[in-house]
Amino acid sequence: MSIYEEQDYNKKIDFSLWKKLIKYLKPYKKLLILLGVVMVVVAAIDVTFPIMNEYAINNFVVPGNLDGLLEFAILYGILIIILAFGVWALIAIAGKVETSLPFDIRKEGFERLQKLSLSYYDKTPIGWMMARITSDTRRLGEVISWGLVDFIWGTAMMTGIAIVMLIKNWKLALITLSVVPILAVVSVYFQQKILKSFREVRKTNSKITGAFNEGITGAKTTKTLVREEENLKEFQVLTGKMRNSSIRAAIFSSLFLPIVLNLASIGTGLALWVGGNDVIMGNNISYGTLVLFINYTTLFFEPVRQLARILAELQAAQASAERVMSMIETEPEIKDSEEVIKSFGTIYNPIKENWPPVKGDISFNNVTFAYKDGEKVLENFDLEVRSGETIALVGETGSGKSTIVNLACRFYEPTEGGILIDGIDYRERSLEWLHSNLGYVLQSPHLFSGTIKENIRYGYLEATEIEIIRAAKLVNAHNFISRLEKGYDTEVGEGGGKLSTGEKQLISFARAIVSNPSIFVLDEATSSIDTETEKLIQEAIDNVLKHRTSFIIAHRLSTIIAADRILVIQKGKIIEEGNHEYLLKQKGYYHRLYTNQFRKEIETKSFS
Amino acid sequence: MKRLKILLNYMKGNRLLYIGAVLSIGIATFFSLLTPLVIKTVIDSVIGDIPLDLPPWGIEIVNYLGGIEGLANNLWICALIIVGITLIRGIFLYTKGKWSAVSSESTAKNIREKLYNHLQHLPYDYHVKAETGDLIQRCTSDVDTIRRFLAVQLVEGGRALFMIGLVTPIIFSLNVRLAFVAIAVIPVIFLFAVIFFIKIKTAFQLADEAEGKMSTVLQENLTGMRVVRAFARQKFEIEKFDKKSKEYKNLTYKVIWLLAWYWSLSDLLCMIQIGAVIVLGSYWASTGVITLGTLVVFITYEGMILWPVRQMGRILTDLGKTMVSVKRIQDILDSPREEKQQNECSPQITGNIIFENVNFEYDKDRPVLKDISFSVKRGETIAIMGQTGSGKSSLIHLLARLYDYQSGSIKIDNIELKNISKKWIRKHVGIVLQEPFLFSKSIKENITLAKLDAKDSEIFEAARIASIHDVIEDFDKGYDTAVGERGVTLSGGQKQRIAIARTIINNSPILIFDDSLSAVDTETDAYIRDALRERKSSATTFIISHRVSTLCEADKIIVLEQGKIVQHGTHNDLISEPGLYSRVWKIQSSLEKDMSKIV
Repeated sequence: MSIYEEQDYNKKIDFSLWKKLIKYLKPYKKLLILLGVVMVVVAAIDVTFPIMNEYAINNFVVPGNLDGLLEFAILYGILIIILAFGVWALIAIAGKVETSLPFDIRKEGFERLQKLSLSYYDKTPIGWMMARITSDTRRLGEVISWGLVDFIWGTAMMTGIAIVMLIKNWKLALITLSVVPILAVVSVYFQQKILKSFREVRKTNSKITGAFNEGITGAKTTKTLVREEENLKEFQVLTGKMRNSSIRAAIFSSLFLPIVLNLASIGTGLALWVGGNDVIMGNNISYGTLVLFINYTTLFFEPVRQLARILAELQAAQASAERVMSMIETEPEIKDSEEVIKSFGTIYNPIKENWPPVKGDISFNNVTFAYKDGEKVLENFDLEVRSGETIALVGETGSGKSTIVNLACRFYEPTEGGILIDGIDYRERSLEWLHSNLGYVLQSPHLFSGTIKENIRYGYLEATEIEIIRAAKLVNAHNFISRLEKGYDTEVGEGGGKLSTGEKQLISFARAIVSNPSIFVLDEATSSIDTETEKLIQEAIDNVLKHRTSFIIAHRLSTIIAADRILVIQKGKIIEEGNHEYLLKQKGYYHRLYTNQFRKEIETKSFS
Repeated sequence: MKRLKILLNYMKGNRLLYIGAVLSIGIATFFSLLTPLVIKTVIDSVIGDIPLDLPPWGIEIVNYLGGIEGLANNLWICALIIVGITLIRGIFLYTKGKWSAVSSESTAKNIREKLYNHLQHLPYDYHVKAETGDLIQRCTSDVDTIRRFLAVQLVEGGRALFMIGLVTPIIFSLNVRLAFVAIAVIPVIFLFAVIFFIKIKTAFQLADEAEGKMSTVLQENLTGMRVVRAFARQKFEIEKFDKKSKEYKNLTYKVIWLLAWYWSLSDLLCMIQIGAVIVLGSYWASTGVITLGTLVVFITYEGMILWPVRQMGRILTDLGKTMVSVKRIQDILDSPREEKQQNECSPQITGNIIFENVNFEYDKDRPVLKDISFSVKRGETIAIMGQTGSGKSSLIHLLARLYDYQSGSIKIDNIELKNISKKWIRKHVGIVLQEPFLFSKSIKENITLAKLDAKDSEIFEAARIASIHDVIEDFDKGYDTAVGERGVTLSGGQKQRIAIARTIINNSPILIFDDSLSAVDTETDAYIRDALRERKSSATTFIISHRVSTLCEADKIIVLEQGKIVQHGTHNDLISEPGLYSRVWKIQSSLEKDMSKIV
């Protein structure tokens, strides 16, 4: 539910943050300058129109003279065409910035996410990261591009009008504009109130979404507990809150417009009163100028409102900016040192010719691992694995099995001590070197949208068709794949949704094996699959493990028994170690674990 | 039209207020049109020397205020009138804003509650088959589409209509020829707007789809991050994402590009319209056909009516979208609820159950339970075993009336189950589902879901029986620990045990465990069953399990195969006859023996 929720933001505008964002605008410098020019031109024409009206009144209407009306019409036409073109250009240019800026930030964010350590992923919900890359970037694009447009237009417009008014009649101008400071203060106040109340609305709205989600997914449970009435009552509290906060927000907005209008009308009234008196007295002010002033007072207030809105939106968007930047600026905990990059290359430019082959001896030397919050998972852990050996790790959830595997894969790095591969600390080699020699199968197989072939090829991008089929055959996947209508070209659907769990597992084995890795890591699935597939998978595991150093987080007895060495892990320590028979004789923890697991397997098997 | 009626129906109770909002906007519009007229009169007749051109009541007002002479000497009165008119307009703008918000928000509230309530009362089967994501979408964004349409678009549409409806007669009364010039381009702009917004729909859709595709790539990448890392595929992923991100960018830009054309062209049309009024108006004004004030009024009005006309295109397309949302919501509300039949009763339930020739099927001609007959006395424990799909869960679903049987009879304490109210029977049947759902509340609130007034001692007792009390106490916040994303992550076994606690707290006369002990180990399983027995409650208990050690202690064991009872009796009866039970018993117990030998 929390991923739906809105977050609060700091109140003050943080200039250093926006300065950082300006760097994303650099590639669009020329476009932005052009945009600025266009906006000034548009604003200038907007300011000119009332002057045109004034001119028409003073030169045609009042004297009853038609000379120059044609030229006037032509000039008017030209202005219209320039204005229309300006509008076109400003939308086209601002749109370019609006779409390009988020694209650039998305790119950088995504690249950063590919670098960040898995420890970051362990504590960051996926929904949160998704929102940063999608909605926050979109919002920044909108606010920055259109905010800039409105800002330039508004400022130019206000300056233009003020200048014209001051030139035409400075006294009347000052009197008319006396309302502006009040208007500015009121606008800023209201925009902030409005924004704040809408945030409240969004917050409640996300809670309603959460409640619907729970009401629908929990409907079956609700029925068995006869909770319908109570649930509805709880839900009504939320909808009531939603209604009230929405109305409050709407009231702020509907108060704001009338207040602005009234302030503007005071300006108009002042112009009419003072200006009108001057006209009557013959005090050096023409009819046309009076009309011009009246027109300007109505035009002047829209930009003020816009500027207040931009200010408020900028403040709101600051939260987006903060979150995106915090993500982009997170330093990966695990990265290659300068020297390593020099000799082995980066993920984008690997220097493969310098990569030594991997034999597969792995040793944990006095490894201690603690999470950032200080919680120690492993302490002074030692382990020697010979090339080609199969190690089964057993133990309860949270015992540290996964940590050991994550350390071996260099998804985490030891806090103290070191891990040696073929006798050399793996931090002296590049990450990609290790991962290119690693075969990895997850507990819940994760496939990507695309065909089966593409998914197997994921393990080795240069794999030929023959190699793919060979890998599939090795893991018993070939048979079921060829039975599919489109064979290897079958789409697996989003997340592999069109395949059964067992089939997905087989494909993920093929993917892990296609690059012929020297080290193999398997997090065995706990979910039950039908016996036939399980048999296939068992065979696949046997085939895959041959001649490879492997770590298995094991759940099935057959896998455990087949391992060369079993490590029973409890609270980050190896409490029992040896092969199956030896461990059973110890009558210790393994024995208990084994009998429990044994019972469970019998229970399900005895029915088939 | 039918959908419009449905929409009106949703607004029940708020229609008057809504009409008030629309009337407010009409009045506000009327007053907004007055200001230019006042300015015209002041400029023409008070400041200028053109004779008053006003209806009699207007002249009376002028006279009341001191006549033209008096006004000319006290121009501040005119200024005050303008401010006054704006004030009145402001008041009505405010009532429009407030009333339309109140009525549309209340309507949205009604729809939301209607949906929520209806969804909860839809049959069990509906929820088994439902697509959660789609339902949530309908309950949230579709409701919001309607709300926004009522709160903003429709009111704006009303304003546009009022504006055009009021301006047209005024300008025609001022000067017919110039009025024709002033509205000449309006139909063109209107048509242009409508056609454009229909055309742009596809572009919008394409951009939305591209965004969806990009999100999918992103999501797959993030959820599969371990795979990406393990195969060192970062570069590959970045290229894949960049491609989708670029497509999204380009398609969004396409939409903006089209909008650039729309706004610039419609601006051009509007400006031509205004330009025509100014040029021709100036011409006529200079030749004395119209007054200066009239020209000023025309110019001001022109700007007022053009904007709403341009908005109309958008409002019309939004109307289309809203009607689609109405249909999607109504689809849910139209699906039949769990029906309440006549002569329902709420008898005392003690737990004597008799099944007689019960037949049940989910779909026609695909029977799930066939000719089921057996009887259970109060307080007995019945074990049900069978392979997956043999009908075990269906059998107990019938007991809680989550489904209704087609023929035969089930009697509870001698009353036909079909005549007992669904809610009543469910209150007396405690059922622990295979995959229990916990709500995102505290553990304590989860346990007391069905017994809101439970005392702490009862909660602890239930938790102890379910063998979860110690686990809960170990959490930092104990029973107040939140469940779900913002609280602790519970293992499958822990969830099951909390579900057991919340079910047994009610002391229901009938208890059902639908394979609900599968995720706990044999020892805990035995402990929970012992604790239940010790509680000395006389509940009739049904247990579905694969574990013979669990089944064998039951008073009666029923073996189901393809929807039929193939064996029933006590453990001793069943092990001596050939069949599934004895087979499974042999396998499980001999393997246990083997195991102890190995060990």
